[in-house]
Amino acid sequence: MKKLLMAAAVMALSAGLAAAEVKVGMITTLSGGGAGLGIDVRDGFLLALKQSGRDDIEVLIEDDQQKPDIAVQIADKMIQSDKVEVMTGIIWSNLAMAVVPGAVAQGVFYLSPNAGPSQLAGAGCDKNYFNVAWQNDNLHEGAGAWANQTGYKKTFILAPNYPAGKDALTGYKRTYKGELAGEIYTELGQTDYAAEIAQIRASDADSVFLFLPGGMGISFLKQYADSGVGKPVIGPGFSFDQDILGAVGDAALGAVNTSQWSKDIDNPTNKAFVESFQKEYGRLPSLYASQGFDTANLLISALDKAQPSDADAFRAALEAAEFDSTRGAFKFGPNHHPIQTIYAREVVKEGDVLTNKIIGTAIENHADAYAAECKM
Amino acid sequence: MSTILIIEQVLNGLQFGVMLFLMAAGLTLIFGVMGLINLAHGSLYMIGAFAAATVAGATGSFLLALAAAMAAAALTGALVEMAVIRRLYARDHLDQVLATFALILIFSEGTRWIFGSLPLYLNIPSWLAGPVALPGGIQYPLYRLALIAVGLLVWLGLWWLIERTRLGIQIRAGENDREMIAALGIDISKLYTLIFALGAALAGLAGALVGTIQSVQVGMGEPVLILAFVVIVIGGIGSIKGAFVGALLVGLTSTLGGIFLPELFKLFTDPATAQSAGASLASMSIYILMSLVLIWRPTGLFGARA
Repeated sequence: MKKLLMAAAVMALSAGLAAAEVKVGMITTLSGGGAGLGIDVRDGFLLALKQSGRDDIEVLIEDDQQKPDIAVQIADKMIQSDKVEVMTGIIWSNLAMAVVPGAVAQGVFYLSPNAGPSQLAGAGCDKNYFNVAWQNDNLHEGAGAWANQTGYKKTFILAPNYPAGKDALTGYKRTYKGELAGEIYTELGQTDYAAEIAQIRASDADSVFLFLPGGMGISFLKQYADSGVGKPVIGPGFSFDQDILGAVGDAALGAVNTSQWSKDIDNPTNKAFVESFQKEYGRLPSLYASQGFDTANLLISALDKAQPSDADAFRAALEAAEFDSTRGAFKFGPNHHPIQTIYAREVVKEGDVLTNKIIGTAIENHADAYAAECKM
Repeated sequence: MSTILIIEQVLNGLQFGVMLFLMAAGLTLIFGVMGLINLAHGSLYMIGAFAAATVAGATGSFLLALAAAMAAAALTGALVEMAVIRRLYARDHLDQVLATFALILIFSEGTRWIFGSLPLYLNIPSWLAGPVALPGGIQYPLYRLALIAVGLLVWLGLWWLIERTRLGIQIRAGENDREMIAALGIDISKLYTLIFALGAALAGLAGALVGTIQSVQVGMGEPVLILAFVVIVIGGIGSIKGAFVGALLVGLTSTLGGIFLPELFKLFTDPATAQSAGASLASMSIYILMSLVLIWRPTGLFGARA
């Protein structure tokens, strides 16, 4: 009897080994101030894997602590000693710039669930690099387009003084047709905005555009609401999503923000995603969670057709992107970045919970501005 | 640039300054009396904010939340002093930095473990919300005026404590000669725990007050800690008066620099360059201030020791 059990165990073990055919390396931010984003991407990704019921995908998850040097070390270890074939997970553009070019040069496929720096969409694009979320400028371009539709003529714009902040203001100005009442670069990580709010008050702006991710946005929105300035606020979904709304509170009510995803996009995949995410983790999903979920489903759809070891076939399967996205139809442009609709959402209260509701379409089937520079 | 805007920015600078003072006061006392570099002071600030958010969420009372913030930070401070810090007084500064840096990591991940990664909700109570009209047509948030008032009250309270009470005499004596006051029969280890808890309580109060208008999240204390160190270096290590003057200087320089330097640059260059050059110089301004003060007075403005 004992021997039989042993044999069964050995067989199960070897079956398990044989089944784990694809190794996926996920480097994401799980500690420090930006951990909320990484945790949501990870949870969305793992939820999709769990629902697929597949046991031939092994995911190695490591925390990059939001530090480029650590991300590079982890990537080297994953590629060289763990032999991962697909990588994903990075939240921040500066980390993506440190890791992605090296990884794809070594033949690894990289599926970005969040960061979309312009370099990787334009001249620095790569045949093995796919962005499932957006190019960094997309949501800001949506905000500019929505400002035109709303009839804003004089916007005061502000963002932190770092590459993604500059991309944000560039993106807004690319589509926005009115004048600027002011343009401010704040310090990265700044938490007090009294000085900027005073300038907004003193200006003749009719609206305020802001890109202040994470804690910066929480601080700004609370202080802005308390200042009584009251000019309408517009921004990308990052500053108004599920991960921070609870901390901002009623100060966020009525703010308009743009996003490629919202929990009320009406399609069966999205409904099932929102419901199952809430059931699994006990909280509402954020746009980051939806991006993690879509990334995993894209990967699964490609694995159904080919293995990463057969690089050309696997790449073609990724390019086809035949999976049910939480955003509805999903399509890659020629530079492997999504061509997608950006919605305008408004922060509303459902019962006691602050969340977003779609109020209109900012831009339809929008491709990024750098695709033309990409030569694959 | 109107007068109203300038006055409003000066108020903003003052408010930022007095909040820095709450942090710097504890730091400078602990360094002055015990000779200890405490990097974990920012964690006590964070603990104050988290305690306040929890209590405000459970009871709805802002004053109770502030009391809880001070109590939680003081208690944590006292426990940490007895468990860890006490072993560090005799060791050199490098060991202290190493140990208190470890404390930062433990507190940060511990807080995340208990409260999760998402920022907590803590907002201004309704009786302090909204702007008030000041003479001259200035609209200024009532809460920020209240912060300035609290900061000034704490400064007065500390001045009274140190200059007019028996405990204050012991603290001042401890700064001058710790062997001697031990020889005079003062229980030095109790005194140290008390001072550490006092500094921690002030950091906790600052965390709760500032967390209310900013974001209550893990790691919120570290950026403030760096500024608080700049403040005590400018003011002179160990001096409460120095911490107060230094905090106001740093608060005003940082706020006004951020506004006026870009405007100044606009006189010479185009707006975009002026904006980015001005913003860059503004973020350096407090460090430039610190260097200038140190060139002029190497021990800081009110530093006693060479």
